[in-house]
Amino acid sequence: MASSALARRDAAVGYTMVAPAVLGALAFVVAPLVAVVWYSLHEWNVLASTFTFAGADNYERMLADPGLRDSLLASLWFSIGLVVLNISLALVLAVLLNQRLPGTTTFRTFFFSPVVVSLVAWTIVWSFLLQADGGINGFLSLLGIEGPNWLRGETTAMLSVIVVQVFKNVGLNMILFLAALQGVPEEIQEAARIDGAGAWRRFRSITLPLISPTVLLVSILTIVGSLEVFAQIAVLTGGGPGSSTTVLVYYLYQQAFRFNDFGYASAISVLLFVIVLVLTLVQWQTRKRWVFHEV
Amino acid sequence: MNPLTLSAGRRHAPRRTSSRRRLVSVPLAAGGAALALVLTACSGGSGDVAGEPSTPSEPVDLRMTVWTADETQLAQFQEIADAYVAQNPDLVSGVTFETIPFEDYTTSLTTQLAGGNAPDLAWILESYAPEFVASGALVDVAPKLQETEGYEYDDLLDSSLALWEQDGGLFAYPFSNSPFALFVNTDQVAAAGQANPADLVASGDWTYDQARDIAAAAAATSGKQGLVVRDFDYKVWENLSTVWDGWGAAPWSEDGTQCTFTDPEMVDALTWVHDATFVDAAMPGPGTTADFFAGDSAMTITQISRASALDDSFAWDVVPLPAGPAGQQNVIGQAGIGVFAAGEHPDVAADFLAFFTNPENAETLAAYFPPPRESLLNAETLGAANPKLSEAQLQAVVVDGIQGAVTKPSHQNFAKLQDTVRAQLDALWTADADVEGVLADTCATIQPLLED
Repeated sequence: MASSALARRDAAVGYTMVAPAVLGALAFVVAPLVAVVWYSLHEWNVLASTFTFAGADNYERMLADPGLRDSLLASLWFSIGLVVLNISLALVLAVLLNQRLPGTTTFRTFFFSPVVVSLVAWTIVWSFLLQADGGINGFLSLLGIEGPNWLRGETTAMLSVIVVQVFKNVGLNMILFLAALQGVPEEIQEAARIDGAGAWRRFRSITLPLISPTVLLVSILTIVGSLEVFAQIAVLTGGGPGSSTTVLVYYLYQQAFRFNDFGYASAISVLLFVIVLVLTLVQWQTRKRWVFHEV
Repeated sequence: MNPLTLSAGRRHAPRRTSSRRRLVSVPLAAGGAALALVLTACSGGSGDVAGEPSTPSEPVDLRMTVWTADETQLAQFQEIADAYVAQNPDLVSGVTFETIPFEDYTTSLTTQLAGGNAPDLAWILESYAPEFVASGALVDVAPKLQETEGYEYDDLLDSSLALWEQDGGLFAYPFSNSPFALFVNTDQVAAAGQANPADLVASGDWTYDQARDIAAAAAATSGKQGLVVRDFDYKVWENLSTVWDGWGAAPWSEDGTQCTFTDPEMVDALTWVHDATFVDAAMPGPGTTADFFAGDSAMTITQISRASALDDSFAWDVVPLPAGPAGQQNVIGQAGIGVFAAGEHPDVAADFLAFFTNPENAETLAAYFPPPRESLLNAETLGAANPKLSEAQLQAVVVDGIQGAVTKPSHQNFAKLQDTVRAQLDALWTADADVEGVLADTCATIQPLLED
């Protein structure tokens, strides 16, 4: 009897302790998710104050929407560019800064500092640098190179957005990789060195497998993050030129807040959620093939 | 220990439940972040609009959204509002003017509507006038303005009201009717040995071709820019209407159902703009910014209200828009004040609007916003409020500029058209662009939106 009362009291205390987190998740994650699915089944124009049940109309509309198809393609290019550039650069920087060389602390701070800078401020500064007569082309002209009008060409605009995002966040991934590299036991490296393994062989056969959980984590975070890019697009290109940088979230924003079509925008939100969920599941399920051990 | 030395890579393997939790939480958090865009709108959603206006049981607070952040203007608004509150203590306890940045104004306003947080009154951009008027979101203020003693409704210019009317009702009051004009840095023009535009106006030779030649020569001499269509920036394409109106061109038919980007007038006008940019170097190219008011360019086309940004750092003049092949066409930028049906107190808001824009207050507001009142559209009244402009300039540019003026393009589906045309015209802003081809593609793309 006494133990039962004690268990109930323990349970009450436990529920009280987790209540803020659970209520927060319910209010800010679960409820919005459910609400957006509900909205996606309606035609909702806030200006005209119409909110009528539309069934699967918004989802059928997605199938025939060339704008959505273009935005998915733009998101794909952005994600590929960002993931490849960001992860490879972060790994290279982490390996370099993991050496016991003078000045590495300064360089770590240098590469990490953009992470703590306001995203919009960072992007606005880059928008000036990337102008036709901006700082980047000014620097290139010193080298005798005539730079392109970065934000006005379809390819260069996408490249610019990717590079701005890479420089903004590469420091965070670099620190994660650096932490993982510092967790690789020195004695294993030493043993391989004695066995005659070169630097590349040690990196490929020892370092990379041992930091593979971090590679998984960084991959998931970067891919998910790449699908959420918005501010950089809004500030740098406004989705242009043409629709070359209109990625999915920017397209969603246009539908909801520019065109007042909240029902269709909600359906696109659901699509985005499904894409993120599937990508995460795929990465998680395939981790056994490439993650050497779980942390 | 190095502060950046972390231990993430040394953590031990978590239990399976933890892994599962992370598996679920990552997409949830990611999806949640993206969905947050939409969730700002979660608290609204009702399709209802306010019914019959009701008299408040106690004094209410009114809120008006505006895009100006000019403290002098806001102080002027507040002074008028305080006088209204003093006259109607039982009706209103205060009026708040909420500034929303111009760039995101309409988006922010509709987000407030979506969130069930409609302001009582709001400034509305002319381009969105048909969309707002047709939406049913605004209250018909004509009866209130007409019945208000001393309002002199008949003094309002019909041409100014047209954009805001529907089925005999008036759904916003066009408080600002600011003509577009061409400002000239006469120092730069003289340094290039070019004719003074004011002299060309006087002789009847003031044309877009002349303006282009003067701009190109001035830019070549100063190393700065020539003619800037302010706020166009190769994105806000509708501002080019100040130019193409001289060709008699329009983006769509008057009833808004047919694309006219491929009409010869529009092809000629945009070919002129394209060549002025890429052949004559008379206009700054894409990605180049130049602020006339900072002395970066020889000429700019902008609204007369920008005159307040001028100082004595260079000699300047302001002249009417040049003539194109179809003659000279005055263009005005309008802004309306509407009362939202979804606001908490539409009847009180309409009453305040009638006070805010009565003849006396319209004269006060004329310092910044040329009113739609015929009795106030004279050089004397406007001159008292605009000391930087001579009476001759006011007569030529403002008084004559409002008469017979057209507004910038507008449409019930303007937001979609704005974005779609912008995306299509991006292909035009390269040196080797096929103007006719781009405009044909533009029409093919926007025609369904015009018929929507």
